[in-house]
Amino acid sequence: MDVIKGKLFIFGNNIDTDQIYPGRFIEITDHKEIAKHAMAGVDPSFASTVKPGDIVVGGTNFGCGSSREHAVIALKNARVGAVVAKSFARIFFRNAVNQGLIVIEAPNLDELDLKAGEEAELDVVNGEFAAGGGKISFPPLPENVLSIIKAGGIFSLFREKGVKAFG
Amino acid sequence: MHALEKILARASGKERVSAGEIVMADVDVAEVNDLYYQVVKSFYELGGTEIAFPERANFVFDHYSPASTIGAAENHRKFREFCREMGVGNLFDIGDGVCHQVLMESGAVGPGKIVVETDSHTTTLGSLGAFATGVGSTDMALILITGKLWFKFPRVINIVLEGTLGEGVMAKDVILHVIGRLRQDAAIYKAVEFSGSTVRDMPQEERMVLCNMAVEMGAKTAYIEPDDVTHDYIARYGWKKGEVLTTDKDFEYDSVHKFDVSGLKPQAALPGSVDNVSDIPSEDIAIDQVFLGTCTGGRLNDLRMAAEILEGRQVAKGTRFVVIPSSRIVFQDALKAGYVETLINAGAVFSTPGCGPCLGAHEGVMASGEKCATTSSRNFPGRMGSTEADIYIVSPATAAATAIKGYLCGADSL
Repeated sequence: MDVIKGKLFIFGNNIDTDQIYPGRFIEITDHKEIAKHAMAGVDPSFASTVKPGDIVVGGTNFGCGSSREHAVIALKNARVGAVVAKSFARIFFRNAVNQGLIVIEAPNLDELDLKAGEEAELDVVNGEFAAGGGKISFPPLPENVLSIIKAGGIFSLFREKGVKAFG
Repeated sequence: MHALEKILARASGKERVSAGEIVMADVDVAEVNDLYYQVVKSFYELGGTEIAFPERANFVFDHYSPASTIGAAENHRKFREFCREMGVGNLFDIGDGVCHQVLMESGAVGPGKIVVETDSHTTTLGSLGAFATGVGSTDMALILITGKLWFKFPRVINIVLEGTLGEGVMAKDVILHVIGRLRQDAAIYKAVEFSGSTVRDMPQEERMVLCNMAVEMGAKTAYIEPDDVTHDYIARYGWKKGEVLTTDKDFEYDSVHKFDVSGLKPQAALPGSVDNVSDIPSEDIAIDQVFLGTCTGGRLNDLRMAAEILEGRQVAKGTRFVVIPSSRIVFQDALKAGYVETLINAGAVFSTPGCGPCLGAHEGVMASGEKCATTSSRNFPGRMGSTEADIYIVSPATAAATAIKGYLCGADSL
């Protein structure tokens, strides 16, 4: 997971959790079922077209609104490789780390000429995002956050180390 | 230090904390709502066997309550079983109300407490001087197991409100105006404090509206310095006044935003986005459903305002008026005060205390092509049902006036 290659799905600013995972599906608890409704509020074809490793791009305030962890669970179980956005809503960001979904904050995303459907390469460890013929750098995730995400979420680390899992 | 920093320092056994610092803090009050059975799944996946503080853990059935589908009913059943196994006594079952209101009414929340709930609008309780924030399911599972959670302390924005509000203008109009100006990502990762003479003049329930909506600017937590208004209000629910931590005079805010709100007219957030705010549009916008309720706009003060406006009047033909008190206690208070009778006589439809149609789960979801005026907090596409429905966020006074006229209008236009 150090380098992720996939097609781009591009969304705008303030993509809220109702768009990522609409309230009408919220009683579902099975993760595979949840994944079938990923992004249903904004792009109903997303869940059936996304391929493992594809990269979701957002603008500012990605994941705002409700605290529903379903939003992260949907993207992760749809096998999204990473979400790259100019900024994230804080609850979504925490949920993503806990569930092991890669979330990259890149405030300078506008420097790239991004087009939906094009291939892109995300170097999570070295903090580089190459797409649309250009490349930008972003601050890599802190070591402790990265180790939680690499472990697939907080679960096995916490079982092993208790609160020390947070580094 | 800011009062919020002092609260967090005390809860993490430190002399002081400052912005950017990460601390592991003891949580005083934890709450799980009925949407998130994922909390229980994460609890077991993390190896949980017992809850660290069952007496301070609360479960509230509010988001689809009574159960609207078999799936929701199964989640409720499994939650009840979990609470029984874990010895959790504080299970607030169907009809008790919206989690933030119910926790406050339980007497567990007041100045200095650290309150964490699986709901983004937990910021509401910052209006009582608590450090109150929302988290997702796995963070909550970690709290249930350890009694603690890590927090990165945010910088604090001070929003200073000055001036006297006009007739029919409420805290909701003020906060919509503020969000419209500062935009919905203005406070990501930050805490928002509300201060100034307008805030001091507000009753506690209006202050709760300001802090509730702070999350719509991205705030991690919101805060209003507690005073006699605060303490008088929560004394009714059994809170006993103790030491109140206050902000040092020399504290430096991240930024200060001053608003003169005298002369402010009733506001509306237009469909699609909470920061798309203006005065009530002058053209006639026919409204199919008015919704008065939720953790933002369903308290006694809100029902009182609506009842005073609707007294002796009728809801317009062709407009539905759904009223949902935010809790059983609010419902009982409104009954005693005669507000419920007034509203029903006017043509209102009452439903079970809880979140109602705010999140599009039940009790009045919207069809395509319909328009809703709501006292709730969100108007994202699809929030209340069809993505083709238009949602206007307004104050309770505007909701009541709109119910009478059948088109969007402020109480100042009646």
